[in-house]
Amino acid sequence: MRYLTDRKRAVGKGASGSGTEHFWWMTMSSVALAFLVPAFIFVFGHAIGMSQAELQAYFARPFPAILTALVTIVGMRHFAKGAQVMLEDYTQGSLRKGLVIFVYSLSWLISALVLYALAKMMFLAAAAQQITN
Amino acid sequence: MVQFTLPKNSKIRVGKTWPRPEGAKTVRKFKIYRWDPDTGENPRVDTYFLDMDRCGPMVLDALLKIKNEIDPTLTFRRSCREGICGSCAMNIDGINTLACIYGLDEIKGDVRIYPLPHMPVVKDLVPDLTHFYAQHASIMPFLQTTTNKPEKEWLQSIEDRKKLDGLYECVMCASCSTSCPSYWWNSDRYLGPAALLHAYRWIIDSRDEATAERLDELEDPFKLYRCHTIMNCAKTCPKGLNPAKAIAEIKRLMVSRHV
Repeated sequence: MRYLTDRKRAVGKGASGSGTEHFWWMTMSSVALAFLVPAFIFVFGHAIGMSQAELQAYFARPFPAILTALVTIVGMRHFAKGAQVMLEDYTQGSLRKGLVIFVYSLSWLISALVLYALAKMMFLAAAAQQITN
Repeated sequence: MVQFTLPKNSKIRVGKTWPRPEGAKTVRKFKIYRWDPDTGENPRVDTYFLDMDRCGPMVLDALLKIKNEIDPTLTFRRSCREGICGSCAMNIDGINTLACIYGLDEIKGDVRIYPLPHMPVVKDLVPDLTHFYAQHASIMPFLQTTTNKPEKEWLQSIEDRKKLDGLYECVMCASCSTSCPSYWWNSDRYLGPAALLHAYRWIIDSRDEATAERLDELEDPFKLYRCHTIMNCAKTCPKGLNPAKAIAEIKRLMVSRHV
């Protein structure tokens, strides 16, 4: 039981001075993903059934590689920020902070793995090209 | 924080069934939430039967008839009986609305009446709106100016006055805020649709000179941005207002300060 006035309880610690940037980023990334995801599905669908060498060569090309990188980075940032809002809604205290840190770390880890895989495919494709030449 | 089950002392049990009116031809069943803090018992739902041939057309008429003729202990707020004071807001047939302007003919089957959801109950259908009113007060719901007072009055063009339509009509009944899941889970920090609608009413007022300070006060992930455009507020508002639109307008103004 805390003896706080109604007003003090309502005002709390006051406004944090942030929030709009997060809101604007989510809006912008939603619009971006509305174009990026269908394009990625089309590009990825095109690659289904290819051999490993063909796949490496395919994702070494600028458009599929840049598109995949963009979908990953924008998508993972969107996921992390969206999950943060969800966690803020449904959890509180240390659990909230811990889960937000976990989700952000997970999003960066997945982004790093995808970018590493893309880079590896590009290098392997370039090496295969040199051997062929 | 989110709660998926009711606390033990809030679980609702079956209550008393009052006798049917004798000789009545058109009888309707009312199931009404009852809780008395003095008894220390869990809440219950009492069943009443009313002769509809001798009852007014609105839900409030039925509640008054029950209180006057059947059970004088039934407690609820009411005042104006015409949708102006906002006192008789309650959950009727699953919708937060005003009992005085909600017709019994709009309800199919039994009439189920509960207090506004997810609020502490004072008694029966009376919720504790202390925090709700304090949140409203925190947005400074009055004209703020720094310029010296004019000799007559603060002037406002017809166009600027029109911007207040759909905002000033709010009667603070709390139907919208208590229908909002974001407000249920985070009402300690989220201002809720009603307070934000009032905040926008003063932000958009051409005479008010504290627009920047008002926006600064709302720049917060919880105070404003807990609104996820669920739209329950607009759906339930008994005055037909659209708090979700007002919140969207505040967000638009916030973005326009950044971009």
